[in-house]
Amino acid sequence: MSSRRSRSRHAGSSRITDDQINDLVSKLQQLLPEMHNRRSDKKSATKVLQETCNYIRSLHREVDDLSERLSELLENADTTQADLIRSLIMQ
Amino acid sequence: MNIQPPNSSSIKSRFAVKFVQAMKRLSKRRGMGDRYKRYRATRAAARVSLAAAVGPERAWSRAVLRRIKKRRGLIGRTTTNPRRNLRGLVPGGKGMDYCSLLSETAHYITCLQAQVQVMQDMLHLSSP
Repeated sequence: MSSRRSRSRHAGSSRITDDQINDLVSKLQQLLPEMHNRRSDKKSATKVLQETCNYIRSLHREVDDLSERLSELLENADTTQADLIRSLIMQ
Repeated sequence: MNIQPPNSSSIKSRFAVKFVQAMKRLSKRRGMGDRYKRYRATRAAARVSLAAAVGPERAWSRAVLRRIKKRRGLIGRTTTNPRRNLRGLVPGGKGMDYCSLLSETAHYITCLQAQVQVMQDMLHLSSP
């Protein structure tokens, strides 16, 4: 048991198989939006990573945009806004 | 390695509660007259609330929660290496082995999707 542990520390990812990597990459491909690609076609890992990066960037931009619009709720900290936010908690 | 996919609906509800609580706190804070400050504070609240909703069980959420105090310096130098780009986009990505990076990325994307949906819903609910 201890020898296996020390070997994995030295060899890093040698215990991770290519199959596991491929499996993880295909799982990522499944998460990509379908618009520009057919998810059934197997893509190269590089392509999947590139599109994953683009997708994460677009999600970040969406969160930024939504944050900007939601930040307007903070503009007038009057009771109307507070009630609104409170009612959202009660959902 | 943790390969459990996140339960989207529980992430959504946990994030929604935390985010609304954070917004409530922000609405009471002084200095929110500045539009850019409001935006930055809202965005930070969204980011932290998502990580808090996930908790410490994932590397990416731990990385976000650790960095609350540090300034947000996310855009590093540009590179065409997709693996390195990914490391820069996923919180804590720089310190992970490749396998963990792939696993954390999948979880992170699913949580971002949940976050977007909740924030869209809140926006629709809050417009008159």
